[in-house]
Amino acid sequence: MSELPGDLRFTNEHEWLRQEADGSVTIGITDHAQTALGDLVYVELPEVGQDLEAGGEMAVVESVKAASDVYAPVAGSVLAVNDNLADDPEKINADPYGDGWIIRLQPEGGMDEGETMDPDTYQALLDELEA
Amino acid sequence: MGLKTPLYSKHVEAGARIVDFGGWDMPLHYGSQVEEHHAVRKHAGAFDVSHMTVVDLQGEKTTDFLRYVLANDVAKLKDAGKALYTCMLNADGGVVDDLIVYFLESARYRLVVNAATREKDVAWLTEQAEPFSVDVTERSELAMIAVQGPSARELAAAVIPSECRDTALGLRPFYGLEAGEWLVARTGYTGEDGWEIVMPADDAESAWQALLDAGVAPCGLGARDTLRLEAGMNLYGTDMDGTTSPLESGLGWTIAWEPENRDFIGRDALSQERGKKGRQKFTGLLLEDRGVLRNHQRVVVDGIGDGEITSGGFSPTMQRSIALARLPAGNYAGAVVEVRGKLLAVRVLQPPFVRNGKTCIDL
Repeated sequence: MSELPGDLRFTNEHEWLRQEADGSVTIGITDHAQTALGDLVYVELPEVGQDLEAGGEMAVVESVKAASDVYAPVAGSVLAVNDNLADDPEKINADPYGDGWIIRLQPEGGMDEGETMDPDTYQALLDELEA
Repeated sequence: MGLKTPLYSKHVEAGARIVDFGGWDMPLHYGSQVEEHHAVRKHAGAFDVSHMTVVDLQGEKTTDFLRYVLANDVAKLKDAGKALYTCMLNADGGVVDDLIVYFLESARYRLVVNAATREKDVAWLTEQAEPFSVDVTERSELAMIAVQGPSARELAAAVIPSECRDTALGLRPFYGLEAGEWLVARTGYTGEDGWEIVMPADDAESAWQALLDAGVAPCGLGARDTLRLEAGMNLYGTDMDGTTSPLESGLGWTIAWEPENRDFIGRDALSQERGKKGRQKFTGLLLEDRGVLRNHQRVVVDGIGDGEITSGGFSPTMQRSIALARLPAGNYAGAVVEVRGKLLAVRVLQPPFVRNGKTCIDL
C-alpha cells in the first residue's frame, strides 16, 4: 500500500483525517503507523459524545509488542466509533484508510489546515524517515 | 549492524522485518506474526534458530562434569540420542541459562543454549570443565532450523539426509539422531510436535528453501514468542535470570534432587531455599476482560501482597491476553493487574495455556 489516498490530510503522528460532506471528520492511522505497530490485537475507543481536545488521547491501539496512544489531531466531540474494531482490530492493519477507520468527530472549529498536511507533504515526511 | 545467520539473505528476500535480538539481525515476522503463529498451530512453520549456541562436549569425564554443572541429571539419559531440559545454576542457585542437553554417545554430549548468553555460557562451561579435562567446543559453523506444527515432521523429512529419514520419523519426543554433521531432534519451543534440525551452515539455505517450497510457513521471533508463551515455556532473561532460582521461576520440576549424593553447582543454595516458607510462586495469568498484559506490570493479590508480570502478551489462539508472573505465596484464584493506570481482573492458573493446537484451560 504505497499510494496515499488523495482526499485525506495527514499529521506528524501518522494519523489521517477525511472531511465528510456533513462537516464531520473521520480519523484513523496511516499505513506507515500500522506497519510499525504490527498485528493489532486490541483497540480502546472513546465514548460517543465524548469531547476530545486537540492533542489529547483519542484511542489506544495495542499490538502484540506494544501499546500506542493515538491523539486527537483536532478538538471536537465524538460522533461515532468503529465498533468493528472490538472484534477485529486487525482491520486497521488490513485496511487502515477504509475499514480500519477509528472515530468520526464533529470538529469544534473547522479542520485547521495549518495543523495537518496534504498527501505530498506527508509522503515527503515518510521519505525522510525511511532515508 | 548485528550478527547474521546463514539464512539472513533469505529473510530479507522474503520481505521480513529485521530486528536486533541479542546482537543478531533476526526476522521479527514476514508480514503478520499472528498468521505465522496460526500456521504453526494448524500446519507447520519454520524458524531460523541458527543464532542459538551449540556446544559440544567430549571426554571421559563428561558425564561427571554435566552431573555437576547442570541442575537436572544427565544420568537419566541412558539411550543414545536422549535429551533433557535443564537449568544451569550459579553457586547462589540463580539461573545462568536454560538449555537442552543431548546424550549423543558415550563421553559425547551436545548442549544447545541461548543466543544472548553465548559468550557467558561458553566461558562458564570452559571454566567449570577444566578440572574434568572435558573438551568444550562451540560449533559456530552449524546452522539450526526448527520446524514445528502437526505437519512439521512429515514435511521436514524430505529435507534431512535421506539415509536417516525413516529413523528420524520414528524418533520419540526428546530424542535426537545424528546423520553426519546433521542432528535431527524431536524437541521444540512452541508446544507443538516437530523437530529442531542442526546442519552445516552450507546446507541451511537449500534446506530452508525446500521447506518453504513444501508449504512450511517461514516464522519469525514474534510468533516464536507468542507460541512459547501460550505453551507456558520460560524465556531466559525475562522470566528468570542470574538473580532468580528455578524454584521461583516455575522450573522446580527440572531439578533432580535424587540421588541425594549428587553435588551440583547451586545445590546447597537451592536446598536452603526449598526449606523456606512463603517463597514466591510462578504462575500463569489470564486477563478476564479485553486488553493486553505487559512485562513488569504490577499484580495485586487482595489481602496478600504484590507481584509482577515477567512475560505478558496476547494469545492469538485463544484471542485473550495471558502472562507469566512471579507472585506472593498463598492460595488464590484471582488478582488484579495495573494496566495503564487501571486495575484489571486476572485469573491465576497453571500454564500451559495451549498445547498441540488446543486450548488446555477453561476459557
